[in-house]
Amino acid sequence: MIDDANARIDALVKSNPVVLFMKGSPLFPQCGFSSRATAILQHLGVEFESVDVLQDQGIRQGIKAYSDWPTIPQLYVNGEFVGGSDIMMEMYESGELAQLFEGTKAAS
Amino acid sequence: MPMAADEIAAMIRAGIPDATVEITDLAGDGDHYAARVVAPSFAGMPRVKQHQAVYATLGGRMGGVLHALQLTTAAQ
Repeated sequence: MIDDANARIDALVKSNPVVLFMKGSPLFPQCGFSSRATAILQHLGVEFESVDVLQDQGIRQGIKAYSDWPTIPQLYVNGEFVGGSDIMMEMYESGELAQLFEGTKAAS
Repeated sequence: MPMAADEIAAMIRAGIPDATVEITDLAGDGDHYAARVVAPSFAGMPRVKQHQAVYATLGGRMGGVLHALQLTTAAQ
């Protein structure tokens, strides 16, 4: 069961350039931190895949082990774990996040 | 059972001895905190590793009894 969730997480992370694991959907976030993460990505005009962990208990637990990160939301870009909403906010304010996505567009 | 600000700060300091820790109780409800952790030993560590180091000091409470901890880290 855990291995199954891990394989599904791995597939999601590796098959999408930008993935946000969150509580709720971008239209109806179910937590302030997920809402903030969504707002940052939308403000940067980034296309992203979102995964609602509230709809999938396997992924909800599995994602924490996958990245060794205890909380949700979690952002992955080009298969790499970037961070949670605090790191996203810091990187947004410093301009690093915009740079990261410019790299993504250039690569695709 | 929510955690007290002092308890959070003490756990972080115990795990990262050179850390300066400031805790702010965001909502005044003992459940939503912001922490700023500055530790010279963070120098050269990526942000994710710095945050993971802080979470490690909380021994699994983060995401459990400690629901909301806005975290900022820096080396200085």
